[in-house]
Amino acid sequence: MTTSGGPVSADAPTPSGEGPALDVEDLSVWLSGQEILRGVSFSVAAGSLTGLIGENGAGKTTLLRAVLGLLPISSGKVRVARGHLGRHSIGYVPQKVVLDPDLPVRARDLVELGADGRRLGIPMRSGARRALVDQLLQSVDASHLADARVGALSGGEQQRVLIAHALASQPQLLLLDEPLASLDPRSTQETASLLGRIAHERKVGVLLSTHDINPLLPVMDRVVYLAAGRAVSGRTEEVVRSDVLSALYRHHVDVFHAHGRVLVSVGEERSEEGCELDADDCADRESPNGDSLNSDSPDSDSPNGGGGPGGPLPAATVVGPGQS
Amino acid sequence: MSILHAIFQPGLFSNSSVQDAAVVGAVVALVCAPVGVFTVVRGQSFAGHAFADVTATGGSAAFLLGVSPLLGFVVMALAGAGATELLGAERQRGRDLATGVLLGAGLGLSALLLYLTTTAQSTTGAAVTVLFGSIFAVSSSTLPMVIGFGATALFLVGLVYRPLLLSSINPDLARAQGAGLRVVGLVYVVSLALSVALSALTIGAILSTALLIGPAAAALRLAKSPGRAIACAAVIGVAATWAGIVLAYDSYNWPPAQQGWPVSFFVVSLVLAAYLLAQLTGRRARQA
Repeated sequence: MTTSGGPVSADAPTPSGEGPALDVEDLSVWLSGQEILRGVSFSVAAGSLTGLIGENGAGKTTLLRAVLGLLPISSGKVRVARGHLGRHSIGYVPQKVVLDPDLPVRARDLVELGADGRRLGIPMRSGARRALVDQLLQSVDASHLADARVGALSGGEQQRVLIAHALASQPQLLLLDEPLASLDPRSTQETASLLGRIAHERKVGVLLSTHDINPLLPVMDRVVYLAAGRAVSGRTEEVVRSDVLSALYRHHVDVFHAHGRVLVSVGEERSEEGCELDADDCADRESPNGDSLNSDSPDSDSPNGGGGPGGPLPAATVVGPGQS
Repeated sequence: MSILHAIFQPGLFSNSSVQDAAVVGAVVALVCAPVGVFTVVRGQSFAGHAFADVTATGGSAAFLLGVSPLLGFVVMALAGAGATELLGAERQRGRDLATGVLLGAGLGLSALLLYLTTTAQSTTGAAVTVLFGSIFAVSSSTLPMVIGFGATALFLVGLVYRPLLLSSINPDLARAQGAGLRVVGLVYVVSLALSVALSALTIGAILSTALLIGPAAAALRLAKSPGRAIACAAVIGVAATWAGIVLAYDSYNWPPAQQGWPVSFFVVSLVLAAYLLAQLTGRRARQA
């Protein structure tokens, strides 16, 4: 387990034994005079899936954009895959992509642009291009959507096409910003297990952010837990514990296990005004101790049956005061 | 046969103004197709309209100075493009405000220039030509310029086609691939300015966005892929322009003055008809 900005201990070797797809070392990012990330360190092994967990405002998007090179790094290091593969070798699925229903773009076109979207000139039709797109769409179970307008697809279908788009440049590293937000429970499970499969089959390091850890538990190899710009990383059972998270938050944190899910509850008094979570999360927090349980999506829905690397912790939810 | 004779009246195909007009109309519609599709997809129709209004200033100035109106259109459209880029920078809202302010200033200036031209030449022809266009008035000496500016706009759009398309779908996707969005946006705006200027020459500064946006908006309803949308917009644009020219030629025999109705009226009406038709068929296709 690696803790950054808090107590430090030795890093456990990753199960796959391959070189890291991403290595972040002591990363700090300042944006308009505010320190958004401080001393964040972790790595993502090739062929593994890492969940980047934290409340809204914890710095998840900032971290992903810093790794992409879209934000300046104040100090520390970000190394992507082996050698210098350039920025475009990272696959990226941004947060809340809104695709207009009238957009004259088919799923096939969007995936093609993932392979060569920065090139100049008009694309030439070729069998190899078509085969690559077909294969990518197949790998995200979206072959049947190839000729549909992207804007007409459902949220889950759009997410799968965007993942195929991100994989088209054959990246070593795939970053996804809240890919499970605003999906229905079934699409959430399907997308999570798809990402686990992509990581293992394509030997890609997958790093995805989410404020709800539960859907990831069956497929997640490691977790990076962010709070107020500081991070703690390790295997789920090492990190999602009351003592570890209390040290991260510098405040007492309870971790409850109930009904096959995990609930992380941060005390209330630190920020009275701060209810910046989604409306549902705010509603959940209205119970006196902030320890209400989300009961959507029971684990029996999971195709993996909860038997993944999550081990003894089948589920967890983050509930706590929002931080800006 | 008599209907055909009624539509294609004697002398239509041998008339050199009609021939020039047909070439200009085709070039402009072909250039407007890809630029228009990108403009609609990017939601920048308003910027296109503002450039159109600003080109009126250039056209009026050209009349006053006695140079080709196309030069005036192009110079002012490019100046407008540069100004909005400089003033508005990154934010959509900032760009809209900058565009709006510029638009007012441009129209105000053209009011002055047209007043000066009208007083100097004691004719109102300039105002009508600049604002509402007259494709039959395009001299054949302007043809090489039309083709040159058109080819430049097409080349620019073709050059940045992929990063432009990706950034129009979602800017973050393009940024993640390392596409230089500022440069891509600038190249697009220059090709938009050129298209608006060419369109202003054809159907007038005030109406020029109709030829830019209309066929593209109709095409978006009908075509699923970007390539097909551009092809579809080109067909609609060329068809509307050519049919407009034919109808305008026919209208020389029409009341009240036997002078011919404005071409722009026919072109814009046909574009509107195509758009409405596309809305209807598009909706039916979606329900099926």
